[in-house]
Amino acid sequence: MRAIIVGCGRVGAGLADALSRDGHDVTIIDVNVRAFYRLNADFRGQAVRGDGTDEDVLRRAGATSADYFFALTEGDNRNALAAQLARDTLRIPHVVAKINDPVRAAAYRTMGLAVICRTSMMVDRLSRETGLPGDPTAGDLAAAAVEAR
Amino acid sequence: MFIIIVGGGKVGYYLTRELLASGHEVVLLEKDPRRAAEIAHEIGSVVLNRDGCEGKHLAEAGANRASIVTAVTGDDEDNLVVCQMAKHHFDVPRTIARVNSPRNEALFRKLGVDEVINPTRIALGAIEQDIPVHDLLHLAQLSTGELELVEAQIESDSPAAGHASRDLTLPDGCMLFVVIRGDVAQAVRPDTTFEPGDKLVALSRTDCQDDVRRMLIGERTEQPTA
Repeated sequence: MRAIIVGCGRVGAGLADALSRDGHDVTIIDVNVRAFYRLNADFRGQAVRGDGTDEDVLRRAGATSADYFFALTEGDNRNALAAQLARDTLRIPHVVAKINDPVRAAAYRTMGLAVICRTSMMVDRLSRETGLPGDPTAGDLAAAAVEAR
Repeated sequence: MFIIIVGGGKVGYYLTRELLASGHEVVLLEKDPRRAAEIAHEIGSVVLNRDGCEGKHLAEAGANRASIVTAVTGDDEDNLVVCQMAKHHFDVPRTIARVNSPRNEALFRKLGVDEVINPTRIALGAIEQDIPVHDLLHLAQLSTGELELVEAQIESDSPAAGHASRDLTLPDGCMLFVVIRGDVAQAVRPDTTFEPGDKLVALSRTDCQDDVRRMLIGERTEQPTA
């Protein structure tokens, strides 16, 4: 399985390491090469410096043959752009965007994008910790939308 | 008409002023407090110091009754999100985005932005009109420095157009290699006939490039004066 990850923060690097350890072909992209120090020493994929919202950068990173695409930068809007580029222009079958603003996350979910929202997930988990019912859909990636249209 | 403008840079600022002057109702969203205060000082209370990418701020600005939402910040991703939120969340009839990377233009249209304005492409178009096409493109200089790899674009009025390779007598030491037609490259054979639009890759001695140019693409056009 080939995966492209945009954004080498804690989540991006963690996911890249996990997939690489499991033997998958991983390419991680970040605008800052220093971010790649977050990767484990035994990371066996490729690390590419570049802007993950730039179609040329993604093509050079081999995105057209990828099975999975994860947009995990710090910027919700950058992730929304990169993910839609990956889905609609590069035709990657499985695309997920991290969108931490719950309002924007909900909007993009209704537009058919698979979205992961750290804010809703944490609010859900912590409110359940206090005995509140929480939001059972908080961890869903909008499963129906994961398949490319 | 009620128009929401997101982004208080130069474009957003002048856009707001012009629209107000022609009697429209305008709200300008600018997330930087200092810039927002600056504009408010000059053009009054139409400025909201809010991030237009957030749904609740668009709602506060009155997006559900806006005829047009236009996003003119310097960041393509922000402009896309503003327009998509306006379209899908507030059913705004017309969304307009400024896009800086020409590569994003088609994607934005596909993603539902009604009007995409690309200053880069507009400037590029204006510049390209001023570049003389009747010239050889220098691809590479070979090690000795006396030979150069050049590309010639054949136009309908080029002397080589309609002629076969064997009919062209190039200076000694110069030769035609490859013709690129559409996106396909093929070797030049004696019976290859050149057509307008062809790109010809040739090896030329540095001292006879003028002759090569004249034979393949014709006289140099007037350079535009600045």
